[in-house]
Amino acid sequence: MDTKVSLCGLTLDNPLIPASGTFGYGYEYSDFYDINILGSLSIKGTTLNDRYGNEGIRVAETASGMLNSVGLQNHGVDYVIEKEFPRMREVFKKPAVANISGFSVEEYVAVAEKFDACDEIGILEINVSCPNVHSGGIAFGTDPSAAATVTEAVKKAVKKPVVMKLSPNVTDIAAIAKACENAGADGICLINTLKGVRIDMNRRRPLLGNVTGGLSGPAVFPVALAMIWSVYKTCSIPIIGCGGVTTASDVIEMMMAGATAVEVGAANLVNPAACKDIIEALPSVMKKYKIDRLSDIIGAAHREDK
Amino acid sequence: MKRIDNFTVKSVEKLTSDIYKTLLSGDTSAVTAPGQFVNIAVDGFYLRRPISVCDVEGDELTVVYRTVGGGTERLSNYLPGDTVSVVSGLGNGFNTERNISSPLLIGGGVGVPPLVLLAKALYKKGLRPKALLGFRNASDVILTDELGKYCDVYVATEDGSFGHKGFVTGLLGEAGGDYIYACGPEPMLKAILSASELPAELSFESRMACGMGACLTCTCHTTSGARRICSDGPVFEREDIIWTQR
Repeated sequence: MDTKVSLCGLTLDNPLIPASGTFGYGYEYSDFYDINILGSLSIKGTTLNDRYGNEGIRVAETASGMLNSVGLQNHGVDYVIEKEFPRMREVFKKPAVANISGFSVEEYVAVAEKFDACDEIGILEINVSCPNVHSGGIAFGTDPSAAATVTEAVKKAVKKPVVMKLSPNVTDIAAIAKACENAGADGICLINTLKGVRIDMNRRRPLLGNVTGGLSGPAVFPVALAMIWSVYKTCSIPIIGCGGVTTASDVIEMMMAGATAVEVGAANLVNPAACKDIIEALPSVMKKYKIDRLSDIIGAAHREDK
Repeated sequence: MKRIDNFTVKSVEKLTSDIYKTLLSGDTSAVTAPGQFVNIAVDGFYLRRPISVCDVEGDELTVVYRTVGGGTERLSNYLPGDTVSVVSGLGNGFNTERNISSPLLIGGGVGVPPLVLLAKALYKKGLRPKALLGFRNASDVILTDELGKYCDVYVATEDGSFGHKGFVTGLLGEAGGDYIYACGPEPMLKAILSASELPAELSFESRMACGMGACLTCTCHTTSGARRICSDGPVFEREDIIWTQR
């Protein structure tokens, strides 16, 4: 049975990629399993400069999921390359995905250029979709022409493949994906989290310090599938599916909807061995659905529609 | 080394109107310091519940917790023989390797449980700590017998229905001591540092998801920058602490 997939010129042993912000730099999870079994891993979202992120409560539970409003806490790209990459390299030998955020086109380009020069990185994942930072990130991901501007500027500056990570908090995600494709993007990652709110009824105030947070977990899985479905129909570049994946059959379902690779996010937080469990379960689920080569099923559900 | 294992519920005991003691059996090898916590999966709830380790003896692990919501409520309803998934070995824990002779262990409410394993560790090193415990009233008092095996125990209740009347800080004056270990609500921790100049390490709590340093939802400000309560803490030295509204 063959679980390999080809993504933007990289061959992954399997389509599993822990999603940015749920897996640190990998070493946090290496007590639980050898993380080299992963297809790749996406590092914590990185900006040019050190950021504390949002004040106050940053996490809330929901039915079948959670809200987070971390707000892009990270030490800045230079620290990540100097301090985190050596630690990551000790436990993860494959090319990683660099998740990049910014507050201006220039910042995206500056961070992307630095990661482009790193052997540790195979793909640049440009996050134009963080819902937890005001006036940054998502401003570029809610408008097709702004998303295209970021894509084009980054593509011009780097050699590594560029995947645009998009927000579901938009009217027409396919239009934004298409604009990114036309601007030269090598792939699309979707979805980031859905905007949500919870109220602390004792205090009669929003629970999260940032008021809104991003919803992730199994609750968003069908939303992600709907958007992957729509983008697969519109674009021909590969899709990294993301949103609520918890089991090996979720992976296969998401691939049938059009994903070439699959990011696993919140599941890592509730089961630190989630990706290992999924990878180990893949062969038996492939057998169940009579799949010999996983790459054969990418977009399979579109058979009569596309 | 952190671990994820299935543990078997051995017993569930109601200690007060809303505080429960659950005895679990499983691989406890990841618990290496008092003040560490475990992250327990509860049926029907997405996130795990982070709960400090009260005691470890062989393959038995004790947690004592307040039922503050549906998840802890559900946990208190497990029956002997049920299985729960436990991530263990989380957090830095208290440092028991200090050159001290008269430690004060100060706990408030459900901040008291981790002091049991701490007291045991200090006792095994030949020390006789003093435990200063604060509760709302007599019916909230927990774990005095367990702590009494290793400590001299002093209790304060807010309404005076048990022990000293007032806050636990009212016991500090006569307690002496040369080092403070404390766990409890933040106003109590803050009051301890105002009332005493002794060197101290304090254990904090926070909402969190992964409990192991990945999600960054439990970040706090410290004098050395942003730190994660789950993995850089939950125990911080007094010099590290910056008080902010969390």
